[in-house]
Amino acid sequence: MIPLSAYVAVSAVLFITGLLGVLIRRNFIIVLMSVEIMLNAANINLIAFSHYLESMAGQMAALFIIAIAAGEAAIGLAIIIVVFRGKISTNVDEMNFLKW
Amino acid sequence: MTDLLIKLIPLFPLLAVILNGLLGRRYSHETAHRLAWGSVGLSFLCTIAVFVDILQTGESHEVIAYQWIFGGDLTVNLAYLVDPLTCIMLLVVTGVGLLIHIYSVGYMHGESGFTRFFTYMNLFMVSMLLLVMGNNYVVLFIGWEGVGLCSYLLIGYYYEKVSAAKAASKAFVVNRIGDAGFLLAIFLIFVNFKTLDYTKVFAQVGQLSPEMATAIALCLLIGAVGKSAQLPLYTWLPDAMEGPTPVSALIHAATMVTAGVYMIVRNHAIFDLSPTVMTIVAVIGGLTALFAATIGLVQTDIKRVLAYSTVSQLGYMFLGCGIGAYTAATFHLMTHAFFKALLFLTAGSVIHALSGEQDIRKMGGLSSKIPWTHRLFLIGTVAIAGIPPLAGFWSKDEILAHAFTQHHYLLYAMAAVGALLTSFYMFRLLYLTFYGASRMDHHTEQHVHESPMVMIGPLMVLGVLSILGGFLGFPPEHGWLHRFLAPVAGLGGEHEVSTGLVLMLMMIATGIALLGWALAHYFYSVNLSAPDRLAAKFQAGYKILLNKYYVDELYDLVWVEPTKQLGRLLDWFDRTVIDGLVHGVARLADLAAAGSTWAEKYLIYGGLNVIGYGNHLAARQWRQLQSGMVHHYAAVIVAGIFLLAVIVQLIMQL
Repeated sequence: MIPLSAYVAVSAVLFITGLLGVLIRRNFIIVLMSVEIMLNAANINLIAFSHYLESMAGQMAALFIIAIAAGEAAIGLAIIIVVFRGKISTNVDEMNFLKW
Repeated sequence: MTDLLIKLIPLFPLLAVILNGLLGRRYSHETAHRLAWGSVGLSFLCTIAVFVDILQTGESHEVIAYQWIFGGDLTVNLAYLVDPLTCIMLLVVTGVGLLIHIYSVGYMHGESGFTRFFTYMNLFMVSMLLLVMGNNYVVLFIGWEGVGLCSYLLIGYYYEKVSAAKAASKAFVVNRIGDAGFLLAIFLIFVNFKTLDYTKVFAQVGQLSPEMATAIALCLLIGAVGKSAQLPLYTWLPDAMEGPTPVSALIHAATMVTAGVYMIVRNHAIFDLSPTVMTIVAVIGGLTALFAATIGLVQTDIKRVLAYSTVSQLGYMFLGCGIGAYTAATFHLMTHAFFKALLFLTAGSVIHALSGEQDIRKMGGLSSKIPWTHRLFLIGTVAIAGIPPLAGFWSKDEILAHAFTQHHYLLYAMAAVGALLTSFYMFRLLYLTFYGASRMDHHTEQHVHESPMVMIGPLMVLGVLSILGGFLGFPPEHGWLHRFLAPVAGLGGEHEVSTGLVLMLMMIATGIALLGWALAHYFYSVNLSAPDRLAAKFQAGYKILLNKYYVDELYDLVWVEPTKQLGRLLDWFDRTVIDGLVHGVARLADLAAAGSTWAEKYLIYGGLNVIGYGNHLAARQWRQLQSGMVHHYAAVIVAGIFLLAVIVQLIMQL
């Protein structure tokens, strides 16, 4: 029987990995993948607590997150393609045109 | 049926006023004058129908045409009261008015303001009808002011002439004095009776204290004196002759100026309560009759002689009112309307024949050239002089007889002398105009012509009325008119007078009139140099009369000039003090505005600019935060989450 803390620890490790990836890596695609990792870390957490608390709400939320992650990946990739067409680059440092 | 007819009487001329006044330019003069006299003719027909009805039933009609003002104690309706007195006035106003309207068609032919003239005349008819038909003081006052306005407009008909414009203003201003008195009377009546309807006022007139009755009667008298051109407010009437002659005949002889007499007769219930005011009325009447007659003796303008004669005859009516002979006064009002309209219109015919000449010194010998005008003028002269059996004799004699039989001997003497003078100056006018050698210049003489039938026709009707009108009041004191007016005016002095005395008074009156004629005949036909010698002999008196007792000059000195001086003083005060104050305030405001402009520019805008520039600087710093790089934001979010977590942790531990 794997204790809850193990799941939470794995989830935390995955989340930190994703977070560091978002903050450190400069490639937009990798940033996007890191976001996916963070979402899945959250999913693990939700499902673990769902099992622990014997409530199906957590699993429902996880399913929602998977759906949203799929949408998010689609939109993110679309944005990357559009930006790449204009800039010939996927480097996030060059994408600062949100500021005035 | 009768009620409807009564409502229609003033409506016809009003319709003509509206049509001619608004659309008169669009159609020909023919249409305009047909509308004008046609409307008056319709009113006349309605009046006759109403008259016949009242003659048969003997009851008066009170008709409310329109409920006008109501609230609190006050109810004022546009309502008419048609009783025998109103009936007589209506017949005179519409009848004589119709004749004068028809006459005007010929007289005013070719004048530039033809339609304007008839519009004003019809407006006058409306006002006059309201004046005599109203059943309360407000309607009376509307008519009263309306006729004053029309009088002003028509005196100033030739407004390019300075003298006409001045005469119009004078008539208007002098009438204002009387109107002020009349207004005060109306206020007093309302305060005392809480109503303005004649019938209600006269029903409770007995409750008045003698002092209040005197006050009301006196104020009414002031109004009557102004409108009827009595001493001391008569000066406007002779000047009013600047208007066209039909106007002089209609307004300043036959109808408007008799409004004062009508008003006194109408309000005799109030006057009867105050013997003091009655005496004043009689004295004013007697003095005016004599005073105006003396001025008439030496005037040389044909219309001015008639104007002074009008003032004098109105004096007789006032005298009649003052001694309680209301029927006699109304009788004289009616006959006077006939023969004075006749005289004015024939004078107009003379002026017409002489291409505008009004000076009798430049006339003479016209009897053969304009025979009809001459005959009619003769009728008018005999009628006003008081030679039986023409109209003027019966009515004037009745007033004289009343004065004598009621022992007002002084008044009788004044009136008798006035009658002598009247006879003299009227025959003087007749002789100078129609008889003797011609004094016209050659050019005028060539063009003398009889007036057209449209002018002579109405004159003939007036001539017949001037001859026969007196028999309405025959026999004296018990004639048809007296019985008809008895419900309104009372029967006058209810005391028996012997037939012998009446006959003797008649003989005296006739003798006076004939004496006047004889004197005029002697002076102006037999001994032609006599007038000049007489004038030379009594030079001072002659000059005074010629200058109308210097009353105009006196009024100028006492009232007009001081008023002008006061005006100038007020003008100076206005210019220097009031305007100075205003300018001072303006300058202060100017300075304050300059100060506040400076303050705004340098203080307020300065402060605001500091704030704005500070914001600008701060924004420049703050915007450094916004790098636009996603991972910066992500890092800040993460840092924030950690911070939040730490804070939550700390709070939980507390």
